[in-house]
Amino acid sequence: MITTTGLTKVYRSRGREITALDGVDLHVREGEVYGVIGQSGAGKSSLIRCVNLLERPTSGTVTVDGQDLTALAGPGPRAGRQLREARSRIGMVFQHFNLLSSRTVQDNVELPLEILGHSGRERSRKALELLDLVGLADKAKSYPSQLSGGQKQRVGIARALAGDPKVLLSDEATSALDPETTRSILQLLRDLNRRLGLTVLLITHEMDVVKTVCDSAALMENGRIVESGTVSELLATPGSELAAALFPVSGAASGEDRTVVDVTFHGDAATQPVISQLSRTYNIDISILGAAMDTVGGLQVGRMRIELPGRFEENVVPIGFLRERGLQVEVADTAPAPAATTVPGPAATAAVSAPVAKEGAK
Amino acid sequence: MTWSEMRPLLEQACWDTLYMVGWSTAISIALGLPLGILLVLTDRGGLLSSPLLNKVIGQIVNITRSMPFIILMVALLPFTLAIAGTTIGRDGAIVPLAVGAIPFFARLVETSVREVDGGLVEAVQSMGGSVWTVVRKVLVPESLPSLIAGATTTVVALIGYSAMAGSVGAGGLGDIAIRYGYMRFENELMWITVAILAAVISLIQFAGDYAARSLHRRGRGGPAPRLRLLKAVPKDPVPEPVPTKTL
Repeated sequence: MITTTGLTKVYRSRGREITALDGVDLHVREGEVYGVIGQSGAGKSSLIRCVNLLERPTSGTVTVDGQDLTALAGPGPRAGRQLREARSRIGMVFQHFNLLSSRTVQDNVELPLEILGHSGRERSRKALELLDLVGLADKAKSYPSQLSGGQKQRVGIARALAGDPKVLLSDEATSALDPETTRSILQLLRDLNRRLGLTVLLITHEMDVVKTVCDSAALMENGRIVESGTVSELLATPGSELAAALFPVSGAASGEDRTVVDVTFHGDAATQPVISQLSRTYNIDISILGAAMDTVGGLQVGRMRIELPGRFEENVVPIGFLRERGLQVEVADTAPAPAATTVPGPAATAAVSAPVAKEGAK
Repeated sequence: MTWSEMRPLLEQACWDTLYMVGWSTAISIALGLPLGILLVLTDRGGLLSSPLLNKVIGQIVNITRSMPFIILMVALLPFTLAIAGTTIGRDGAIVPLAVGAIPFFARLVETSVREVDGGLVEAVQSMGGSVWTVVRKVLVPESLPSLIAGATTTVVALIGYSAMAGSVGAGGLGDIAIRYGYMRFENELMWITVAILAAVISLIQFAGDYAARSLHRRGRGGPAPRLRLLKAVPKDPVPEPVPTKTL
């Protein structure tokens, strides 16, 4: 639905060049919620602004719904008619809502329809319908300043949906909101994604946002995408920073002769009670040091840090057992453990070969 | 001078002043508003970024503004003659008054429009709005209270300028004050003109402030009073009810 290839953005100011985007290949499938996460300055904002060409990319192409937007852009800085039409089919919500303070809530939602040239009656019908959809039907005549942050963002979302877009871009939409309001806005986005089949590209610096709503995620650093894929693909990738951040586990070995192992659950393997099977089969005591689990689509996904008695050498067989069950096992790098890296085992190759999709090819 | 002698003089002078200020205000708003917006749009990083054009307009505005009005008036004589067909009287005064006030108002417009949050511009662009849409739906409505305040300042400045125009035969209250008050030592008449000017300026300032404030309040959580210039202001503004935060 959204594809960028080799997207580069270089800002020039007073002779200095700052590379905000450095060859970004992004591929967002139709109907999914895709999160781009990264610290401030990583280039997330530039990326999302390049998708609807609010920022002109220095090089590279952006395709949304099969339409090459970069080709529509034309040479000058002004957006031509075709680009403006394309933009009207891409909704966008902003961190600071960006509602016009001089217009009522309803008039704010009608604004995109005015731009599209709809008649007055049709505009108000559509606006009220959308306000109802976001749960603000009773606030139509209020001014934005009379609303709370969460309500303002709901208006922002209603406005973004006015042009019946297939794609919604969310620029840190929840970053100015408190945790509870954030959850309700994310819930709304999820809901809209399911009900309207809306493709959502969101950027955020909050891992929780990705965990709550995203089907896929990408991690950005210094203008590049360093990891990307669906949440379970990421989990399947040994050493994935994003997976570690999404499902953080911690806890250190309780003694010298203990082996600490991180087990990642994803896919079908996660349905079996492997830990108790392991305990019974080898008659060993297992302590769970930490776990971050979630249920996504009926499957348990997440990571667990467990401690096995004895040094690593004594635990090769139990670890092999876990790998045979299709789990991904990494020996954790806790201070006293001599073996720091992933140890080859029967199923290790399978785990490694699960690809981190480097997307953008289609 | 008796009151019956002064009265027709003053009446005529009031109308002349109103006529000059009215027309020159209309012209300077009609031309100063687009000019001020153009100054913002053509600025570096603006929607119609064109540093060269911006510099040219900026320089013209600066030169016009740096000229004392009385000199501007004289310098514009040929231009005035070409446009208005005369260089004296009320019609002759409108041209230099407008020329003097256009850049003045344009600068005020520029400052007001610059205050508009860039995020709003971005939002309208993301909906597929053109530059013209941005101007019409965002820049002007969002800066309207501030624009009205600027227009009020311009009208007050124009009344001041119009008195100066009076000194070169344009008529109006300034003319009366100089010819009768200064040259013939009619102190009484002079003080009456001063009082009238003070009253007119106070009234305009009050009306402008009221309009700007009620527009501003409309967007800031109050009830929405429509713009009614001469409606009585409530003595004690009732504190606005704080909207309860619900979600």
